[in-house]
Amino acid sequence: MALSLKQLDSITSAFNAKEQAYDKIIRVCCGTGCITSGANRVLEGVLTAVEREGLSSKVLVKKTGCHGLCERGPIVTLGNDEILYQSVGKRDVAADVDLLLKTVTEGKVADKLLFRDSARKEKYTSSLDIPFYKGQKRIVLAMNGLINPEEIDDYIAHGGYRAPFRAFQMTPEEIIDWVTKGGLRGRGGGGFLTGRKWSSARAAKGGLKYVLANGDEGDPGAFMDRSLMEGNPHAVIEGMVIGGYTIGAQQGYIYVRDEYPLAVSRLTKAIEQARDYNMLGHDVFGSGFDFDLEIYRGGGAFVCGESTALMSSLEGKSGEPRDKYVHTVEHGLWDKPTNLNNVETWANVPHIINNGLDWYTSIGTKKSTGTKIFSLVGKVNNTGLIEVPMGISLREIIFGLGGGIRGKRQFKAVQTGGPSGGCIPEQHLDMPVDFDSLTSIGSMMGSGGMIVMDERNCMVDVARYFLRFLTEESCGKCVPCREGTRRMHEILDRICKGAGKIEDLMHLEELGKALQWGAICGLGQSAPNPVLSTIRYFSDEYKAHIIEGRCPAGVCKEITTFTIMEEKCTGCMRCAAECPMGAIIGEKKEPQRIDDLRCITCGICYDVCSFDAIKIG
Amino acid sequence: MVQLSINGKKVTAEEGEALLKVARREGFVIPTLCYHELLGSSGRCRLCVVEVNDAGKKRVVASCLYPAKENIEVFTDSDEVRLVRRTVLELLLARNPSAELIQHLAKQHGVTEVRYTPDQDKGKCILCNLCVRCCKDIVGVSALGMSGKGPMKKVGPPFDEPSETCIGCGACVVICPTGHIAMEEEKGVRTVWQKKFELAACPKCKRYHLPLFQLEWISKTRNIPVEELMVCEDCR
Repeated sequence: MALSLKQLDSITSAFNAKEQAYDKIIRVCCGTGCITSGANRVLEGVLTAVEREGLSSKVLVKKTGCHGLCERGPIVTLGNDEILYQSVGKRDVAADVDLLLKTVTEGKVADKLLFRDSARKEKYTSSLDIPFYKGQKRIVLAMNGLINPEEIDDYIAHGGYRAPFRAFQMTPEEIIDWVTKGGLRGRGGGGFLTGRKWSSARAAKGGLKYVLANGDEGDPGAFMDRSLMEGNPHAVIEGMVIGGYTIGAQQGYIYVRDEYPLAVSRLTKAIEQARDYNMLGHDVFGSGFDFDLEIYRGGGAFVCGESTALMSSLEGKSGEPRDKYVHTVEHGLWDKPTNLNNVETWANVPHIINNGLDWYTSIGTKKSTGTKIFSLVGKVNNTGLIEVPMGISLREIIFGLGGGIRGKRQFKAVQTGGPSGGCIPEQHLDMPVDFDSLTSIGSMMGSGGMIVMDERNCMVDVARYFLRFLTEESCGKCVPCREGTRRMHEILDRICKGAGKIEDLMHLEELGKALQWGAICGLGQSAPNPVLSTIRYFSDEYKAHIIEGRCPAGVCKEITTFTIMEEKCTGCMRCAAECPMGAIIGEKKEPQRIDDLRCITCGICYDVCSFDAIKIG
Repeated sequence: MVQLSINGKKVTAEEGEALLKVARREGFVIPTLCYHELLGSSGRCRLCVVEVNDAGKKRVVASCLYPAKENIEVFTDSDEVRLVRRTVLELLLARNPSAELIQHLAKQHGVTEVRYTPDQDKGKCILCNLCVRCCKDIVGVSALGMSGKGPMKKVGPPFDEPSETCIGCGACVVICPTGHIAMEEEKGVRTVWQKKFELAACPKCKRYHLPLFQLEWISKTRNIPVEELMVCEDCR
């Protein structure tokens, strides 16, 4: 039986009444990051303790999706953002659970579990005050960390599934107009106007049409889509229902990489619950519109995040892309008109419908509206998942939310856009983060990976790393990508080993152009970006490798030596204690020396020295 | 029908017709490796690239797949096109140094030097996929396929084991543009893709001609008695 809007409201009231019956709510983050840090043990510990203390009727323990501050997991929050505890149970689950209970019963805030900003040395009680959260605008991620992703009533109680009702009262053309005027652009990387895509898919001839969600996130260091699918799966479903209605599709597929088992299981549960409430299936919400969803698990190829490769894989064929001279909105999955959007794009749709155009366009910049989720990783103090308004500067993200660079180091570059993105240097840190600005400086928005690097990152080595990744992940269909990426990697490897020639730089640029022009899909066409952007902004570093035969960052082993400067060494022996090879020789309180025969140039001595006594040569 | 121009010459084509076909019909030379008239296009080799100017939007495209449209301008020999072709040929020459066809094409396109370490393990296979498509679409047995990805991608029967479905017809050998696929015949036995096939001896001239396996397969699918097929084509 189809649910009415009224019934959704009564589910909401019943759910809220149930939660309000408790004095306190403890929320334990059960996203993948926190689970790997032991969140399941914490959850179990809290549940047992609450029962043991006879608090079951007073304290509600909930598991939630990702809070974003993954590095400090397991994260536990109390009340509505009143208290955030981090690294709970990392050393001693029982002791930390006791502290938690004391907070609940006696109101005693556990100092040791509070978030401490390593840059500012300040402690924060509420997550609302922590700069990492303060600088964010959480719209798509608003319910992550708040609701239990496995309970549809929780989603409904927080305003979920209202958007389709509004959408069904609009004509598909009106919805397309909203999405287009709202300026929503594809969050998966391309930045194509979603409304325009929907409009083409709607106009495409052919009875059967499909809507697809791309959850095949494969960039190293990126976990935006995973956290969204795990933490708020219904938002994706809700968006797809509206998309299906708009373009006239009755079937949708969510393509999720199989390496995301938790996302698969939570989405599966969410789809079943949505079907039970008739939000999927025959006559959705009594609208006369039929729509159903299925999950398709990807086989682990990075290229399957590319639209045509994804469709080929979904059809059961090998994940090879094809030329898109004929668009997938006309001939897509099984040759039918198909509309593919990234999961984050889908999750934006209900917000536009619920809150209206003016609200949506007031967020972000004129040409890049709304928010974007990034996974901020690398050499920043606070790594994790952030949702920020478009147009925020890179500096605000890295030095504000991220708390700056770790230790005493200097910022060198930030890599955006995943493996095919580019490395952005200091001079562009005040650039607004939006689709067009990032492209204009040789990088791209991509799906939202953001890797921060400091002076100990070698930019040639970074380019080599990404080209190796792309070589292995190239599907091998077209010659420029299959052979070109591996040869670019071959040249970069040679440069890193000190055997590069100055003409290699021109050769790399030439190969880069051939790939941009000649490769079939986005993977090959953008594969040269890490190389071209590092040559553009860090040519000195390339030249140091080629002409002077040294790696300024001390990363490329073959051309790096470490020496101890006698005049600065205090003989504290810290490096000797850390050296895995026992290569540091000397008496205590006397200057030390490195035995070159034993040294493997790992650089640990350099990293641990408090007196800057070690020199990279 | 649509009007377009190729290297400045006005030509007419059917809407959606592949540019390669149009250009060749009009006498323009465009090299290809993975395209075959019987098997169509797959856009793998990228040798057939041309530059297209569609209402001011310029891009390099695979002509074997790009559909003819009204008013587009096509250039078969622009700087961009030449760079992509030369790159493809240098890369292939590094992959398949012994492939005569690649040597020939590289020379023709002015690729005189290979700046990479040549591969020793790829033979002459350029992964054009023609053998796979031929086995599936013309022979109809799908004994061959691609496996692996990136530089590890290769062609062959599943798991590199003698295929259960291969009928030993040798069509793959014939269609392979570089002569990568080896087929040997000795003492009435044909070996291809590591599988041995007993050859049928013609009852009239006693000459070995086709594998028995292939004759049985033709007999079964075309409903012709095996005895008839045992007689070689010359004696029929």
